[in-house]
Amino acid sequence: MTTTEHSDHIEHDEHGAAHGDAGAHKPNSFYIQVAAALAVITAVEVGLYYLDIGKLFMPALLILMVVKFVTVVSVFMHLKFDHKLFSYLFYSGLFLAVGVYIAALMTFRFFDGG
Amino acid sequence: MSEATLVEVSAADDHSGQDHGAHMVTSTGLSNNKLAMWLFLGSECLLFGGLISTYMLYRGRHTGSPGPAQLWDIPLTSVSSFVLLMSSLTMVLAVSAAQQRDDRLTCLWLTVTALLGSTFVGAQVYEFTSFYHEGVGFTTSLFSSSFFTLTGFHGIHVTVGIIMLMSLVGIISRSKIPGDKAEVVELIGLYWHFVDIIWIVIFTLVYLIPA
Repeated sequence: MTTTEHSDHIEHDEHGAAHGDAGAHKPNSFYIQVAAALAVITAVEVGLYYLDIGKLFMPALLILMVVKFVTVVSVFMHLKFDHKLFSYLFYSGLFLAVGVYIAALMTFRFFDGG
Repeated sequence: MSEATLVEVSAADDHSGQDHGAHMVTSTGLSNNKLAMWLFLGSECLLFGGLISTYMLYRGRHTGSPGPAQLWDIPLTSVSSFVLLMSSLTMVLAVSAAQQRDDRLTCLWLTVTALLGSTFVGAQVYEFTSFYHEGVGFTTSLFSSSFFTLTGFHGIHVTVGIIMLMSLVGIISRSKIPGDKAEVVELIGLYWHFVDIIWIVIFTLVYLIPA
């Protein structure tokens, strides 16, 4: 490795560390595998829509939705590999939204169908 | 990287107002731009949370007009969901290429992402048009108002994302320093993935779970 190439690597590493994305560099094949898994989950979701699995239908769909959501946020958005502060910022907004709107819907007696 | 290119990078850091902030030392040690983007996305959760909740509340209010069971075209929506999901893959490949300072590949993946996003928006326009022809407009019922507002807001977000992607392709094409827009690509990538995860929720709660 030449001196200039070495400097380039140091510069790039420092740049990455400053952005909190250390360890975020994954091979493209990894992302393709994750996308394939997400596509399979989507196919399962659509399959469940046409199948009659009774009371398991809604919990199964909600679990698959959460799995897809967390996978995209963690892997594609690099939150799993990034600085924890980014996770705190995003998930605090998300949980605040979920909490506030579940409370709001309950005041409308949403779960009683009223 | 050659000696000359390193000099160019240093010169760009010294004189480019736009990208100078990305290399500045901050109190957190993190990019302020990236912090702001995550904060923005956290606040967007509240916006879409409100719209989704409103739809959940009013989705049964469609007396005398077609409801979800009569309107939904699940095969079409499934395909458009798959297209948007794959656009997240091409976006992450664009971010990866940008971090490796491969501008040509970055522009290619950004363009593919924009095309997949345009396909999704096209499917949404087709869906809206077919609903209108079946007599369901924005003010037909509480169900239709909340549905069009929710999916319309999402569609606007996708459209804004497409505009940002194509603008970025133009900016990178004119840039003479390889990889100097890597952080911008990453920030727009975060926005694009957010649009995708919102659709993951809408697809399940609005389309797949019956009222």
